[in-house]
Amino acid sequence: MDKSELQAIAGKERGARKPVCVSCCTAAGCLSAGGGDVMDSLREELSASGASQKVEVRAVGCMKLCSRGPLVRVEDTSDGRPVADGARLYEKIKPSQAPVLIRAAGEGEAAELPMVDLSHPFFTRQRPIVLENCGVVEPERIESYIEADGYLALHKVLRDMTPEEVVKTITQSGLRGRGGAGFPTGIKWSLVAKAISEKKYIVCNADEGDPGAFMDRSVLESDPHRVLEGMAIAAYAVGASEGYIYIRGEYPLAINRLQTAIRTARRLGLLGSRIFEAPFDFNVDLRIGAGAFVCGEETALMASIEGRRGNPSPRPPYPAEHGLWGHSTLINNVETFANIAPILRRGAEWFASVGTEKSKGTKVFALAGKIANTGLIEVPMGITLREIVEEIGGGDPDGQVKAVQTGGPSGGCIPARHLDTPVDYESLAELGSIMGSGGMIVMDDSNNMVDVARFFMQFCMDESCGKCLPCRAGTVQMHGLLEKIRDRRATADDLALLEELCDVVKYTSLCGLGQTAPNPVLSTLRFFRHEYEELLQKEVTLA
Amino acid sequence: MKVTTLTINGELVSASPGATVLEAARENGIRIPTLCALEGLSTVGACRLCLVEVKGSPRLQPACVTAADEGMEVSTDTDRLRRYRSMILELLFAERNHVCPVCVANGHCELQDRARQAGMDHVRLPYQHPDLPVDITHARFGVDHNRCILCTRCIRVCDELEGAHTWDLAGRGTNARVITDLNQPWGDAVSCTSCGKCAEACPTGAIFKQGSTVGEMEHRSDRIRFISAARARKEWSP
Amino acid sequence: MSPQKKHFRPRIATVWLAGCSGCHMSFLDLDEWLFDLAEIADVVFSPIADVKEYPENVDAVLVEGAVANEDNLELIRKVRARTKILVAFGDCAVTGNVTALRNPLGGPEVFLERAYVQEADTQPGIPRDHSVVPELLPRVLPLHQVVKVDAYLRGCPPSPAAIRDLLLSALGGEKEKE
Repeated sequence: MDKSELQAIAGKERGARKPVCVSCCTAAGCLSAGGGDVMDSLREELSASGASQKVEVRAVGCMKLCSRGPLVRVEDTSDGRPVADGARLYEKIKPSQAPVLIRAAGEGEAAELPMVDLSHPFFTRQRPIVLENCGVVEPERIESYIEADGYLALHKVLRDMTPEEVVKTITQSGLRGRGGAGFPTGIKWSLVAKAISEKKYIVCNADEGDPGAFMDRSVLESDPHRVLEGMAIAAYAVGASEGYIYIRGEYPLAINRLQTAIRTARRLGLLGSRIFEAPFDFNVDLRIGAGAFVCGEETALMASIEGRRGNPSPRPPYPAEHGLWGHSTLINNVETFANIAPILRRGAEWFASVGTEKSKGTKVFALAGKIANTGLIEVPMGITLREIVEEIGGGDPDGQVKAVQTGGPSGGCIPARHLDTPVDYESLAELGSIMGSGGMIVMDDSNNMVDVARFFMQFCMDESCGKCLPCRAGTVQMHGLLEKIRDRRATADDLALLEELCDVVKYTSLCGLGQTAPNPVLSTLRFFRHEYEELLQKEVTLA
Repeated sequence: MKVTTLTINGELVSASPGATVLEAARENGIRIPTLCALEGLSTVGACRLCLVEVKGSPRLQPACVTAADEGMEVSTDTDRLRRYRSMILELLFAERNHVCPVCVANGHCELQDRARQAGMDHVRLPYQHPDLPVDITHARFGVDHNRCILCTRCIRVCDELEGAHTWDLAGRGTNARVITDLNQPWGDAVSCTSCGKCAEACPTGAIFKQGSTVGEMEHRSDRIRFISAARARKEWSP
Repeated sequence: MSPQKKHFRPRIATVWLAGCSGCHMSFLDLDEWLFDLAEIADVVFSPIADVKEYPENVDAVLVEGAVANEDNLELIRKVRARTKILVAFGDCAVTGNVTALRNPLGGPEVFLERAYVQEADTQPGIPRDHSVVPELLPRVLPLHQVVKVDAYLRGCPPSPAAIRDLLLSALGGEKEKE
């Protein structure tokens, strides 16, 4: 495989395109709403209608407005029309509506079906980098990714850049880890690049586990090659030749599409030995998680890949010095790897021009909760929570927004009065929350904050591995106290004990799960203490 | 490697090459409380009792796995650490059924000792009182899960010194249990060599020799250190 | 003892909740020191004294046993309201101890059935008249889960010397306040 072959594949793919393209979402959200049957009906209808000279049906990934699925987009480029002019997005499509859709597409008309307004801020305020191919390329066809400039960045890196230049580009871009903590990616890469190790590994952390979060799943289901390309570039930059994607077993579709992507990339020589005729080999394997949230913690994740019980270990040593089987290992999250190819294609400066001074680029969020538009969004860093909630999300249809929860069980609740806070790592941390991996849950007056804290504590309690005592037993006790407060059986002494436990668990737990488990309690206590105090009793009540 | 010098509780001390903070403290007669650590076995940093403050580090560090570095300034006995240790012990006592007056290890129990040393006079947290089994299917030993603190010493001694790996951990969080073989009754665990190292290593009354009644189970954890040291020196190799 | 010191006579009590009375036995093992105690304090309520009602204005009380039934609950609340210094006396009072061994088994019905029906020699049947047999609480609780406790005396039972030391320091503290 060389560049001309890559371009030939892209050219052939473009040549085969029909003037009218009907794209059906086949990511998990729309599939669970019946998108698979819609897809089949569209294909059957197309071949029956005889319009296949003019119209094509494509199985694409996530089109973001998940609450209105199944979504079908029709783009009409006949008569040289630009795509944006002729694009229509139909919502909640049923298989029985396929004939109407195909007929209208063939005639270049709008179908008499409910449509989503593509000029709504939900779409126009987004800034797709990670999701640029989401809902556009066909995730199960590598040719479709190549047509969208796929693997060009890998070619450029392997043929024109030294590993040091690649690391430098990533460092200059200002990209920070998208798994939650925001460690500078370039620094992490340079640590692994400089490590002296007989072998090095690349690991992609796809063990997305926060309740309500589905960013990584959407990327993997919609554009899996982007992640493979990012991993291959990272491997070249740090000197690794083997990679693992650790993905949770609850994502069968993403696993399936990754397997297809790895197989086809290998067949085209984009993974394997001597990629692009360069002295560089890289292979990727999947490791399927068995349903433990803690395996998203990097030391537990590595233990699980090695076939051991997924328990965290004390750091140091960090994976960069002592990772998989004792070798230097680079671990990045799905979204981090998904940012790599565009940075190398368009340059560090371009990337650094998006976002704020300390938080560059964009962030993908899974927007959910008491909000009109639920779905997947990608926004530039520095956008305010208010813009996300009120403009993109369309506000709360039933009531008043009370708080926004970010960072899942490790994060916190930001009250409505702080909605003008810009979304960047530091600003969210100042408010006692975290950027997190991208869960964003909007809450209104019907959500009691004690119960919200209790919900997340139950999650941490169920997901604690049990290795270190403060997390194992502390989450149980904190959960019990939160239940007691919620059920109006607690006194001021119980609340004081809860706060003391939060302090102990936060500072004495072994890994991030325990260290951040008290965050939902601490942040709701900080902003909604009165909701706790209102439930307290003067006298001890026995259960 | 050469000897390191560091400061522990304001006192300048020296440490053997490669020593951990815990070892450095012990070499200099400074006591740091531990439960999961046992000389002769690998360290896991799980019980969190040995957490210490290291100047310049925002996080507390487990002394058992933290290397004693040159010039390090360590505090092992601050008010904050004492408060945390006391709560950790309370959490342990509340987690399972540690009924000392009817326990085989009463008076010879490291958990009891740590509580006494920490001055813990009562447990403010509600006792969880889980319903846990006692397995006495083995001919010579028994395991009482009511007393287990999941320190994993039994797992490590069986794996690292005896090489049998009879013990392991099943379940997670508060439902985690030590198990024999693939969660079979101990008496049916074919990999068990009946060597008894787990009973010597156990810090509480969880693993005991059958026939012991209240207060009669004296663990000889020093034997673990002895075997480990002798093996390291290849004393028994031809 | 000087007349001046004799002026203040602390009122002390001992209470027996759900326990085996071993802690009281240990108290009685103080033997002749009990005469010294009588010199400096009045024992106003105790299972070994024939007083029916727990009196008002008690300076210090040793409470043995856990809170296991409605009678215990009523009494400990009364004791708390009428006493300055409440000492959790022995492991059952401090932790629940052996008395709380029933907690892991489930609610009271489980072991009432076992004790009064399955293991009964004659006339199996659970006594239901709560004026005779007090109703059991769902769980046995240590004292501090029910009322505020001022001091904890561990041991099963605590040694006589420990009991004496604690009493002396409690009474000494009260004396200083006078």
